[in-house]
Formats: sequence, structure tokens, C-alpha cells
Amino acid sequence: MQVKQYFKLKENIPSRLYIGLGLFSFGALFLLWCILTYGGHVPALFLPSPTDIAQQFWLMVTEMNLFSDIVASVYRVSAGFLLASIIGVPIGLLMGSFKIAEGLVEPIVGFVRYMPASAFIPLLILWIGIGDLQKIAVIFIGTFFQQVLMVRDVTKNVSQELIDTSYTLGATQKAAFLKVVLPSALPGIMDTLRITLGWAWTYLVVAELVAASSGLGYMIMESQRFLRTAGIIVGILVIGLLGLITDSLFKAAYNKMFPWLQGGVE
Amino acid sequence: MTAIRKEYLKVIDGYSQKAEPKLKVHHVSKTFAQKGQTITALQDTTFDVREGEFVTILGPSGCGKSTILKVIAGLTEPSSGYVMLNDRRIFGPGSDRGMVFQGYTLFPWLTVEQNIGFGLQLKGMAKAERKEIIEHYLHLIGLNGFGRMYPNNLSGGMKQRVAIARALANDPEVLLMDEPFGALDAQTRTVMQELLLNVWEESKKTILFVTHDIDEAIFMGDRVYVMTARPGRLKAEIPVPIPRPREFSVKTSPLFMQLKAEILELIREESWKAASEVGSKGWSPTTA
Ligand SMILES: Nc1ncnc2c1ncn2[C@@H]1O[C@H](COP(=O)(O)OP(=O)(O)OP(=O)(O)O)[C@@H](O)[C@H]1O
Ligand SMILES: [Mg+2]
Repeated sequence: MQVKQYFKLKENIPSRLYIGLGLFSFGALFLLWCILTYGGHVPALFLPSPTDIAQQFWLMVTEMNLFSDIVASVYRVSAGFLLASIIGVPIGLLMGSFKIAEGLVEPIVGFVRYMPASAFIPLLILWIGIGDLQKIAVIFIGTFFQQVLMVRDVTKNVSQELIDTSYTLGATQKAAFLKVVLPSALPGIMDTLRITLGWAWTYLVVAELVAASSGLGYMIMESQRFLRTAGIIVGILVIGLLGLITDSLFKAAYNKMFPWLQGGVE
Repeated sequence: MTAIRKEYLKVIDGYSQKAEPKLKVHHVSKTFAQKGQTITALQDTTFDVREGEFVTILGPSGCGKSTILKVIAGLTEPSSGYVMLNDRRIFGPGSDRGMVFQGYTLFPWLTVEQNIGFGLQLKGMAKAERKEIIEHYLHLIGLNGFGRMYPNNLSGGMKQRVAIARALANDPEVLLMDEPFGALDAQTRTVMQELLLNVWEESKKTILFVTHDIDEAIFMGDRVYVMTARPGRLKAEIPVPIPRPREFSVKTSPLFMQLKAEILELIREESWKAASEVGSKGWSPTTA
């Protein structure tokens, strides 16, 4: 048994060991939680035990319509995120390809992106009320400007030599854009979407903490009002789980779309 | 030996009078503006390449070799002068001038086959016809059975072979090659040189090939243009009367050695000149 071999800089380790390590840290954390709660070291108001959480989860599913909150939140995130992506990705592509588009859009986007999306909430309530549209707008603002700039950078980094190569093979500007710039930028665009989707969830919760009557953020807020700590934790766990699912979907799509990248992400 | 050369030169002269130049580079120069300074990448350069000829340009790093090829390819506008192909002035890039670049430029998201067929597809060629041409060139570069691989899985030498096949498949009038073997190890390089010569003899293409390797320039070329160091300028034209087909073994022949010595002498002269110019600006130890 050579333990030393597992401590080499950036060296690979067997995948079973890798997975085992992950399970181990999860298990250790869970054990600590059990000791703290069942051992009575922490009051249940601060940290409920695993069984409390499980019971609360069941209660929420059966009697408090947890699923309708999930549906409401997923809808808002999807709508805001898709809207931002549909507009943001093409604008980013144009900015990265044509200086004239960059000159036109860059100053505004560069300025607005430093304004926190959450600070727009009061303004948005004033403008469009407290319905779904307002939540969607917060998510849009939180993701759109970042997407535009990230996609622009991805597009700018497309190798000029590859574009030149296509010209020497007879490509027109349009063909070079469609057949070189686009496929070249696609993995980077997917990365951008994956990262910004994570941010969209953050902004969703922020939006739902204020003036909402449904959704996971609202549910967390309500739980806090009634000192239902287990409810808060259920909400956080559900959001984490949803994030995990979408992330693995992204990863799977990535590997499927870009077999040429060898191994895909991570 | 010199007698042989003189004999051959006559032959070449006779040939040059008959064949019209296919590619003419006419007083081309290129300067870049950078932070208020102008950098001369290429001084007044004139030369030509005849139909079916293999011409090499030999020059040190940074002398403007890539710049010449990019001007011919139409990727860079010359600051003055112009380029003619088949007696027509060129403006902008086109598929009549294929290029193999210094770095690896296969499209990584396309398979080897799709890379080779890229230009054909742009032309709107039918799939069956495309397939036939792709097969032909895969065979020519010795990569049968690699067609469905992605470039990421290929070695450097294989990548450049595919890049050559991709350029040739498009059937260009001239093939421009920018140090295509520069990044390869010595053994692979030798193999690639022979392979390219075979491909050339088979395809009868007109090739302009740029390199900083003296042996490569002589081994491959019908003529070698020697360039000076920055800012680049053509210094001499050396015909290479080594009979074809050439094999690796000619690199140790007396004629090859003689040509190499001649070119080395030219380069040495040039380096001395450059060194004395630096001296006159007060950088040499004697004035310091
Ligand atoms: N776009 C550019 N802007 C400014 N200077 C440039 C540009 N392209 C080339 N140069 C300069 O022009 C000179 C010639 O460049 P070029 O790439 O043609 O040299 P090269 O002979 O191909 O060199 P290498 O052997 O390194 O490939 C260099 O000094 C380079 O710094
Ligand atoms: Mg170069």
C-alpha cells in the first residue's frame, strides 16, 4: 500500500477512491449533524434533527403544497433565464464579432452590470407590481448583462487563425461566422449559461423574499415567520437539489454536444 | 560539380523564359502601426512562382515570412505593391490560394473527414463526390481509417497532414505553406518533407513554402529565396539543381552541401551587417 502516490500534484487517483472520498465527507457532515442534534447539544430551534427535517418535508409535501411552490419558482427561473439567454447570447455574439456592435452596447452593459439586481426590486414593484413578471424581471436583470459580456468574451477569443483558415478555403464572412465563430464559441456559451443559471436561482430567492405569495423563497420566508426552522432548511435543500439536477443536465448535454472536447467538463 | 550546376542553370533559364509566372509578387511592402510607431514587417519585395514550381522562402524568425504569405492569401492588405495570380490582381482571400498555417488550424469540432471536406462543402459539392475526394486525400497522406477521428486525438504530424489534405482537396491554384513542419520533432519533420514532396509530384500543384530551416528550404525547393533579418527583404535567389524525385539521402550529397555553404555564407554576411548596424547606434562594447 503506497499512500504517498495519492498525494502527487495534479495526479489522477482511481475513480472509486474519488467517489469514496465524496461519500465520506458527506457522511462525516451528516454524522456531525446527528451528534449535535440527537445529542442535545444544539436547541432544535437553531438546528433541527434529520428526523425533524424529514417530517417537515413530508408535511410540506402532503399538506402545504410544496410542489406548487417548486413549480412557481421553476417557472420564474426558467422564464427569466430563457428570456435573458435568447436576447443576451445573440447580442454577445454580435459584440464579439463586430466592433461597431461592441461600441454601441458596451458602455450601457458595462455600467448596468455593476448595479445589483436586488436593488431594482423596489423600482420593479413600482413599475410592474408584485406578480410573476416582477420576479422574472429581477432574474432577467441579474443574468442578462453578465451573459452579454461573458458571451462577448467567448466570441472574441475565437481563434483568428481558424477564421483566416476558413477564408482561404473559400468562406464568405457569413460562412465564417456560421461555420467557425459559432461552433468555436458554443462550448463557452454553454459554460456561460450553466454559470448564469446558478445566479438566476440566487436572484429568484432574493425576489421571492420580497412581496411574494408563492415560491420557494416565499416558503422559506414564511417558515422563518413561524419559527419553523426545519421548513427553512427544507427550502434550502430543495433549491440545492434542483441546482444539482440542472447542473447534471447541463453536463450531460455538454458531453453530448461536444464529443470533440474529449472528456467534456470536469 | 560547378559545371553540373552551370549546365542545370541554363536549363532553368530556358524554362523560365518559356513559362509565364503564375504568381507575381510586385513591390509588396507592409508596415504596421503600433502605439504611434510604425513597424516595417516587409520591405519592397518582388518575386514570382511559375506553374507547377516548388519555391521556398528561407528567413530567420520575425523577418516577415508569414506576412508575405498572408498578403498573397489576401488576409492582409499590403501597404504598397500588389499580387497577381494568373495575371489578375488579387483582392481579399479566396479558395484559389490555399494555405497551411504555422500553427495547428484544424477545426476541432469537425472530424478529419469533415475538415478535409470543409472547402468542398462550402462550394456546395454533392456528398458522394465529396466523399470520393476525401478518400483520395486521406489515402494520399497515409491516414486511411482516421477519417472519423477528431483532431484532438491526432499527433502534431497527423494534424499537419490533414491540414495539407484539406488545402489540396480544395484544388487551389497555389498552395501557400507557412512553416508547416515548424512545430514537429526532427524525425517527424523528415518524414513529412518526403511525404509532401510525394504529394506534390502526384498533384502537380504550385507551392510556395516558407521556412527558417536551411536544409528544408534546399531539400524541398526548385528555387530558394533567402530573406534578410528584420525588416525583411529578399536578398538572393538560389536555384536548386538537385534532380527529382528527391529522397532524404540527397541531404548528404556534395551538391546539397555546396548549396548549403553558399546560403550560410549569405546569411553570415547579413548577420555581420546587422551586427555592425547595431554597433553604429552605440550599442557595441567599443563605443560604450
Ligand atoms: N498584426 C501585426 N501588428 C504589428 N506587428 C506585426 C503584426 N504582424 C506581424 N508583425 C511584426 O512584423 C514582423 C514580421 O512578422 P511575421 O509574422 O511575418 O514574421 P515571420 O518571419 O513569420 O516570423 P516567425 O518565424 O516567428 O513566424 C515581426 O516583427 C512582427 O512582430
Ligand atoms: Mg511566421
